[in-house]
Amino acid sequence: MKIALFATCIVDAMYPQTARATVKILERLGHEVVFPAGQACCGQMHINSGYMDEALPVVANHVKAFEAETYDVAVAPSGSCVASVKHQHPVLAERCGDSALKARAEAVGAKTYELSQLLVDVLGVTNAAGQLGSHFPHRITYHPSCHGMRSLKLGDRQLDLLKSVGGIEVADLPEADQCCGFGGTFSMKNADVSSAMLEDKARNVVSTGASLCSGGDASCLMHIGGGLSRTKSETTTLHFAEILASTIDEPVSVTGEIFVGKGRK
Amino acid sequence: MSNVFMGMPALPVFGDGNLHIEEPFPAAAHRELGNTQMRANLRHATHTIRDKRLKVVAELPDWEELRDAGSATKDLVMANLPALLEEFEKNFTARGGIIHWARDSHEANKIVADLIREQNTTEVVKVKSMATQEIGLNEYLEEQGISAFETDLAELIVQLGHDKPSHILVPAIHKNRTEVRDIFLKEMPNVDPNLTDEPRLLAMAAREHLRRKFLSAKVAISGANFALADSGTLAVVESEGNGRMCLTLPETLITVMGIEKLLPAKEDLEVFMQLLPRSSTGERMNPYTSLWTGVTEGDGPQNVHLVLLDNGRTAALADKYGRTALNCIRCSACMNVCPVYERTGGHAYGSTYPGPIGAILTPLLTGIKSEENSSLPYASSLCGACFDACPVKINIPEILVHLRGEDVDSKRGTKKLPTQMDLMMKGAGWAFSSGKHLALLEKGLPFGKLAAGRDKKIKRLPGIAAGWTQSRDIPAPPAQSFRDWWKKDHTPVAPTHQQEN
Repeated sequence: MKIALFATCIVDAMYPQTARATVKILERLGHEVVFPAGQACCGQMHINSGYMDEALPVVANHVKAFEAETYDVAVAPSGSCVASVKHQHPVLAERCGDSALKARAEAVGAKTYELSQLLVDVLGVTNAAGQLGSHFPHRITYHPSCHGMRSLKLGDRQLDLLKSVGGIEVADLPEADQCCGFGGTFSMKNADVSSAMLEDKARNVVSTGASLCSGGDASCLMHIGGGLSRTKSETTTLHFAEILASTIDEPVSVTGEIFVGKGRK
Repeated sequence: MSNVFMGMPALPVFGDGNLHIEEPFPAAAHRELGNTQMRANLRHATHTIRDKRLKVVAELPDWEELRDAGSATKDLVMANLPALLEEFEKNFTARGGIIHWARDSHEANKIVADLIREQNTTEVVKVKSMATQEIGLNEYLEEQGISAFETDLAELIVQLGHDKPSHILVPAIHKNRTEVRDIFLKEMPNVDPNLTDEPRLLAMAAREHLRRKFLSAKVAISGANFALADSGTLAVVESEGNGRMCLTLPETLITVMGIEKLLPAKEDLEVFMQLLPRSSTGERMNPYTSLWTGVTEGDGPQNVHLVLLDNGRTAALADKYGRTALNCIRCSACMNVCPVYERTGGHAYGSTYPGPIGAILTPLLTGIKSEENSSLPYASSLCGACFDACPVKINIPEILVHLRGEDVDSKRGTKKLPTQMDLMMKGAGWAFSSGKHLALLEKGLPFGKLAAGRDKKIKRLPGIAAGWTQSRDIPAPPAQSFRDWWKKDHTPVAPTHQQEN
């Protein structure tokens, strides 16, 4: 299968290892990965902040970039960005009176999958250790991000994949379904409420005794990780793609650092 | 009103009354977050109701179908509102009731006060009602020399405590039982001075206090949960029975109801009477459901009035993307599951309607430009828990985003200088509208390290970004973006899977 990677802006600029891990997993399964060069951002930050006029060219760029490439399906290591591509792009185009863009956005959205959706529903991966060689001998916990859980209805796809990694121990996160408080510019506009939500999330993460908290959205993980770091906690965050990419030969550390194994790049 | 009628009023006519928040949500939230007792009370209460709701909802195999039916029925009502209102008026009037139409809170309050004065009384009993909270009826009546006694236990606590409700279903949710005991001791006439905080004793004290009022009142005021167009019937759903007392004992009954409360026919109650109690109190069925149709000679109130209230509802109906907010049946499930409401409480929202539904309904009723109401749609992390819990499937996150757009657009061209947020969005708009722009910007990533400390963490940022660094670090950016790595360093692995295209 030819798979177009939508890295998302935050992963592209801040967490490149998450996108590299995504490529690694898909190539390990024998698929061809392409990276549509025109891509930038889904525009969610603009849309959710109410800047619709400014969002329109961002959305139009995404649609154009993913029309310019031929592929079977597109994938992003983010529930939130995929939810935006699938649900927000057509709504924004309609609101801005661009019915042609709406139809094109719907077509791109229909081919776009969140990583666990692609792995489980399309590629039939249910056993990460067996099918991907995933190995990660650490105690972790897992936060299901809101948009993946509620907009995309991902259910336990990410968690089940993590549980099937070799050597892993997954501890239940108390009040897992509660928002971490990120919410994009909400974290700046309503910083006090956001911090109060983060405080509870971080406390629950630490209470599990896990060495890291995994999840499917780099933004939420940056938020939770940023809060843990501020309180001098030893616990960190790591995207589930990086855990799936970790093998015995090429292990990933709890901070996401890749230890290059025997003779491999 | 003394105004001479000069033709059609300017549209849209927005609502007024207790719908205008006086300070921006972030400032009010900052203050409320500091009230640790309130936060502890709220956490306990919201989590208890949340768990109860989940349990009773899980019992119904057709819950999702019920939600769809509730949503579709309400959509139908909104699409046919004028015709249904006229049908209701015809049937209500035929059964001896009298209809009054009120465009806003001033008109509604005046109608109610005049009706009370006609009965030569200065005391009325009240059933819990959001519509009368919204129009500030109690405050208006007080100015007119009329005392209104709240008979719902929680409303009574709020009224005696000279407080404001903080939740639409459990208005005293921010008070614990010890605080309730203290209010009773201080404010309730003839109360036993040895009253403890045992719930049974508190309820008995309230019961004794209220019984005197029920027996002497000549006029009662209520709201309504539903109005059935096909028969002209009104319905009140409650837990305590105080509503039933108000609806049956006094000679005169005045109901104030928003025009969106209509249902086409009594069969629709089958759906809504399953949705409402389970979503609101987490009960399979509420203890008291009262339905009344006009006047029955020799039985119950002989003067039956209904004030149909617009107060911005028509304006909300005119908003294509926001109108489903009118489908709300005031169950409060959204506030019980909201992580923001759980921490700030209802007072931070400054309006009669707090929580997620309040954050959309309030600015829809008043217009986004009214006072500080434009801060309400931002009072959400858009986590979507409210949408999942809503029994009539109001897509609250989507309407929040829509109203943020309305807010930003309403301010375009009105500011002398762009805000930091404007500038950030403009800059990011440039960067994110092209892969080349973003690639160019990413060349600066290595410089991000300069902002980081020896521990590779950024701990302090200026301006609005300081909101982020008040409680979170940011990792130092990587030396190379993914895009750059892909271009320079990625060696594709030959695919083994057959191409499917």
